Amino acid sequence: MSITEQDAAVAAAPAPGAERVSRRERSAVLRMSEAEAAAIGGDPDDPGDDELVLLNMGPSHPSTHGVLRLMLELSGETVLRSKPVIGYLHTGMEKTGENLTYLQGGTNVTRMDYASPLFNELAFSLAAERLLGIEAPERATWIRMLMCELNRVSSHLLFMATNGMDLGAVSMMIYGWREREEVLRFFEKVTGLRMNHNYIRPGGVAADLPADWRRDVADLIELIEPRLTEYDTLLTGQPIWRERLQGVGVINAAEAVALGATGPILRGAGMAWDLRRDEPYLFYDQVDFDVIVGTRGDCYDRYAIRLNEIRESLRIVSQIIEAMPSGDYRIQDKKVTPPPRARIDASMEALIHHFKIFTEGFKVPPGEAYAAVESPRGELGVYLVSDGTSVPYRVHVRAPSFVNLQTLPHLMQDGLIADGVAIISSVDPIMGEVDR
Amino acid sequence: MAERYGAPLAADEPSRGQAVIHPSREQWSDAAAAARADGFDQLIDLTAVDYLTYGADRGLPTGVQPERFEVVAALMSHERGERLRMRVQVPAADPTLATLFDLWPGAESLEREVYDMFGIAFDDHPDPTRILMPEDWSGHPLRKDYDTGRIPVQFKAASNVR
Repeated sequence: MSITEQDAAVAAAPAPGAERVSRRERSAVLRMSEAEAAAIGGDPDDPGDDELVLLNMGPSHPSTHGVLRLMLELSGETVLRSKPVIGYLHTGMEKTGENLTYLQGGTNVTRMDYASPLFNELAFSLAAERLLGIEAPERATWIRMLMCELNRVSSHLLFMATNGMDLGAVSMMIYGWREREEVLRFFEKVTGLRMNHNYIRPGGVAADLPADWRRDVADLIELIEPRLTEYDTLLTGQPIWRERLQGVGVINAAEAVALGATGPILRGAGMAWDLRRDEPYLFYDQVDFDVIVGTRGDCYDRYAIRLNEIRESLRIVSQIIEAMPSGDYRIQDKKVTPPPRARIDASMEALIHHFKIFTEGFKVPPGEAYAAVESPRGELGVYLVSDGTSVPYRVHVRAPSFVNLQTLPHLMQDGLIADGVAIISSVDPIMGEVDR
Repeated sequence: MAERYGAPLAADEPSRGQAVIHPSREQWSDAAAAARADGFDQLIDLTAVDYLTYGADRGLPTGVQPERFEVVAALMSHERGERLRMRVQVPAADPTLATLFDLWPGAESLEREVYDMFGIAFDDHPDPTRILMPEDWSGHPLRKDYDTGRIPVQFKAASNVR
């Protein structure tokens, strides 16, 4: 089938309603426990004369982005039903969070979505700040925006790399890693670490930007922008690439909303929803950017959205270079901020205060709060419950990948296994945040 | 809003700038259906809190009987750009709640996680199994009486005798 024929077929097919995803019986989801699967699996050497085959894919498989396991019900090479089996990376991070102070909490949540750690820290800090009733100073907020948008660039570059690798475009893998490394180098300069920064903290950020940050960021933009055009030449218009992605893994807006999907999956289905624009946090209402929306909701749309979101992020970053005010990078509130180093030598009280903040931590008024940000994968939310002590009573992270994975069986239904690989890649799950 | 969903509102309404309602367990399905009909088209999040060792005042509105567990659902209306949080009390003696799957199919994984971590069963859920922990696990890790470090590191087929 040529591309134009495919386009016509996609356009002609009636759009399935949200009922498709809410079906209980014979839905796309293979609702079967491992024990049941093992019982009907029978002898692997004797397939019998059954038409349907139950196949296990993963958890250790090059295309499953970590340790995602899929149970597939196959008829020939066609996937009928499937079920993502998760939990292989579960380390009880929400439980761990109940034993760490609000200052230490960042080190915990930053390890969840390890491809975009700064967003985890941001959501956690915003929730804690909401409970504390404080707001980070202006410069700190702009620094947060700068770092998060660069993190979106690095995260989407990682997607470009792995998506290329999954589909056999191995050169794309090398290019994606290459550019991402440059962004991570800047992160290392600012935060001290390439990943898992613990840079955004309740009350501001950990340190001010280095003196020559403007030049570094301008260099980054200058480096990455022309490379995106190269990606276009390499992939976007290339017939093999389009054949492989167009019309594969289709979902419409009603289904995506019903399944709780957010981020590029929702936007790919044609719904213009981006928390940065629709529920502005930080200073996103003061910068100019476009929300990229797809039309068909297939893998190709999700690829194109992420590629163009890199461009939009760079656009935001160049506006931040202009807008960055001078000022403090953290709030001067004795409750949450330790006294400056110089005062510790002079004042006993300052020394005690410093010691208390880093050992006991600061107390947070009792209550509950939810804060959400638009991470590269969708809505990343943190629900915090405080009992008035210096450690949260409950830390819950609404991980976008965890919820987005629910779309997988619906995207894969009636497709080929080979397309399944493209679909997993286009959902872009990060297993660290799925399993937490 | 209380009339709209037939449930008491939070005492400090709105709770830190966010709308919260407290339906009772019996009202849970009806309040959710009313919210769904009112334009809250997406279930963003569903989780639970175990208030067993909570030392502070819960801040619940009058008329809401505090119980050990609380299930929290976060809803989103894309049309109006509004959020709504529903908090329901679930007693420890009978930790069950009606599923939201029929209103929002996206509740499936979220409710499985709450079952796995807190042992709250969702009536009529299409796939009431564990999701993060192994199927043969005993206990529910996010309960407050489930100690960290209680379980020795397990490797399949290895004996745990030390």
